[in-house]
Amino acid sequence: MLRDAALIAGKDLRVELRSQVTTQQVAPFAVLVLILFGVALDPDRGILARASSGLFWVAVLFCALLAIQRAFTIESADGGRDALRLSGLDPAGIFLGKAAAIALQLAALEVVLAVGVVIMYGAEVTGAPLLIATCVAATAGLAAAGTLYGVLAAGLRVRETLLPILLLPVLAPVLIGATKSFEAALGGVASDGWPWCGLLVAFALTYLAVGTLAFGTLMEEPS
Amino acid sequence: MTAPHAVGSGPSGSTSSGATRVLGGLSLAGLALLLGYALVWSPADRTQRDSVRLMYVHVPSAIVAFAACALTTVAAAMWLRRRTEGWWVLGGASAEVGLVFTALTLVTGSIWGRPTWGTYWDWDPRITSTSLLFVMLVGYLALRRIDNEAGDAAQRGTRGAIVGLLLFPNVVVVHYSVDWWRSLHQTATITRLDPTIEGTMLFTLMLGIVVFGLIFAWLLVHRFRVGWLEERVEHAGLDDALRARRAEAGVVAGLGGGTA
Repeated sequence: MLRDAALIAGKDLRVELRSQVTTQQVAPFAVLVLILFGVALDPDRGILARASSGLFWVAVLFCALLAIQRAFTIESADGGRDALRLSGLDPAGIFLGKAAAIALQLAALEVVLAVGVVIMYGAEVTGAPLLIATCVAATAGLAAAGTLYGVLAAGLRVRETLLPILLLPVLAPVLIGATKSFEAALGGVASDGWPWCGLLVAFALTYLAVGTLAFGTLMEEPS
Repeated sequence: MTAPHAVGSGPSGSTSSGATRVLGGLSLAGLALLLGYALVWSPADRTQRDSVRLMYVHVPSAIVAFAACALTTVAAAMWLRRRTEGWWVLGGASAEVGLVFTALTLVTGSIWGRPTWGTYWDWDPRITSTSLLFVMLVGYLALRRIDNEAGDAAQRGTRGAIVGLLLFPNVVVVHYSVDWWRSLHQTATITRLDPTIEGTMLFTLMLGIVVFGLIFAWLLVHRFRVGWLEERVEHAGLDDALRARRAEAGVVAGLGGGTA
């Protein structure tokens, strides 16, 4: 299963590396979102610095939607979905592989966004370990839930519009937990953030388990 | 789950039967009684005054909304196990009626919030999680519509069912995380209901819950039967089309045989 996961993750990341969609389109979009927040919320009144954790995670959610759509669009071309089904790879492995590829891309985007938040919004990092732990846990949760709901919407005519409405309400706990945890890590008291980090870990583990179990059935869906 | 035999048996093809008429009658009578208790016989609250009367609608509709959500999840689980049309139709019916009650909960809550809290929308954990429930139900119903286009129950995918299955657990997780989030920096704790609610007020609230439960059941049965009839129409349409194509094929084959 893990070998299959590594294969799929390697394949997805190679596709991204060669097509450069993440680096040339999604990452600039992430920065653009930060600039737009800056324009929308008056930069002089200190709102940006206070709201930087929340804005950071909202930007991550938007980017995650793009990354998830992208992960399943590459399968829909040239009958990739059928090929995956015929490949004999363990469905659980495919799920974990796709989730891992999405997670790695999101992690890279989060680094870009974090630098952006620190430079443009003047956020101050006071708890680096908490910051990193939050990113890891939240990204795992986003990728796991995103892959599960992504395959649900994949192949449908209305997938671009359906995925956000299915996925974003489900991700509300991640947004809450990650924002609270970040608030503690950016100028707050770090010990306040760890319980929220625990919530993120629990969310990620739950969705990894559900996805591993349910992905086989969903892969068999006619699209 | 087996087919409801009485469906469409009446001359008008109505979805009502003896049982639903009784249920409907009880619902309406209960509603009249509830109105009497809520507006006339129960006293006004000491702090909330007359706006407390809205609670007799708001709390029952919230309970029914969350129960409907749980029923949808049960129906999705049963459909995944049994793959019988009944559970499929029940999941949709319950989500749809549940959506109405969720909307009612949000609207009555807002109207009640205005005189009590001074604002239509407060970022109270319950409002936040109820509004997220609303969006989740809308998403689930949108996905079901797509599944329905895929054809009959045998070809229908498991997409909608998986989302339905995750509906209630998600609502619970969202509810608790929102609760935790708000409890940390809430400036003033507002007790929504008088903690020592008793007497006529308690009775009215209980009556409201029973009456709304009846209304939910009544609407659910009707919606279920409409859904069931929709499935039948789809089958009938497919069978007709098949018969027509076969007849055409027969004619063509006959012509072909004649000229050969």
